[in-house]
Amino acid sequence: MHELSLCQNLIDQLTALVRQHGAMAVSRVEVQAGPLSGVEPQLLETAFLLAREGTVADTAELVIESPPSRVECADCGAGCVVPTNDLTCTRCGSTDTTLVSGHELILARVELIGDESLFPS
Amino acid sequence: MCNTCGCNVTDGNRHLLTPAPKTPVLGHNPARILNGLLEHNDRQAALNRARLDSHGVLTINLMSSPGSGKTALLEATIRQLDGRLRLAVIEGDLETENDADRIRALGIPAHQITTGTACHLDAHLVQGALDQLDLSRLDVLFIENVGNLVCPASFDLGHHRNVTLLSVTEGDDKPAKYPVMFRAADLMLVTKTDLLPYLTEFSPERAEGCLRKLATRSPVIELSAKTGDGMEDWLGWLSREVETYRLLREARKTLVPRVQSEGRTLHASTGPEIVFKPVGFSSPAV
Repeated sequence: MHELSLCQNLIDQLTALVRQHGAMAVSRVEVQAGPLSGVEPQLLETAFLLAREGTVADTAELVIESPPSRVECADCGAGCVVPTNDLTCTRCGSTDTTLVSGHELILARVELIGDESLFPS
Repeated sequence: MCNTCGCNVTDGNRHLLTPAPKTPVLGHNPARILNGLLEHNDRQAALNRARLDSHGVLTINLMSSPGSGKTALLEATIRQLDGRLRLAVIEGDLETENDADRIRALGIPAHQITTGTACHLDAHLVQGALDQLDLSRLDVLFIENVGNLVCPASFDLGHHRNVTLLSVTEGDDKPAKYPVMFRAADLMLVTKTDLLPYLTEFSPERAEGCLRKLATRSPVIELSAKTGDGMEDWLGWLSREVETYRLLREARKTLVPRVQSEGRTLHASTGPEIVFKPVGFSSPAV
């Protein structure tokens, strides 16, 4: 999709989070981007390296998790992991399935570097 | 994808490239962080949809590769409807007014959005175009998106239905190659079928098979805008959607494309976990 724009926005939000929590910087960012989210993890990583320069995430590590495409079958009730371009049920072959993961675009976890006195007890 | 050519910057998201705010964002909900760009677009899309609904204008987003026959389909549709529905068209292209000129030549209002380098339309671009049209005099608005099988699928414009075209010159496995786009289709049109006798390698059945593997029941219609074959089926689908939309409007409801309603639930999140590390835990960052 539009990985650089997404990263610029991510940096803006990380900057806000750092200030909100009185932290100094971001050390690690964990993102979920499913294969059907329209976001390419490799491009997101490259874009993040460009976007993070000179920001609170200057040395932050970006970890992208890509949850597999999973469907639930309306015919046999099976839940199965499927290829992104073939969402048919792997147990009974039905195409009457519902996507339950693989479409996510979520910020899952952020590690902030901060003064110990600010740590949540 | 698009970040290599700079085409991701549009009027709708340009503000995101400006420096971060100088003050903390109080009350900010971390759950919304990475969805921010799309949410900004989605908010405008909801406004567009409410505006279209207030005038009862069924709005259809046409998406496909460049050159698959979107404008030719619209020309044939305008000719065959012959004034039975009041139409207008928003054209999206990187450059030129050529497509809007073709529509205007048939007496139908058309607004051309030239996106410069942007590879898709977004809700803000469409908002600007809606300002140029008299919505009170329309039944159906077509939005001809920028020819691209990747990015347009991700942006809600405030429209009601997605129609994805696949021309027989492109290869019947396109739905398998571009699943995000074809999963978004509320209707898939196989176009330029007059060329099928010369393109024996294209199988409409295989194309539909690839679509079905994306767990969608969306109908498939084969047509040729040139010969008129299949146009009746397409116009039948259109009139059924107009009627469905009219009934929903009477019940104060609206239509949203299938994937948009599905995406909202999948994107819901409870927010990121925030973890603190002591200063010096990793190399100093600032």
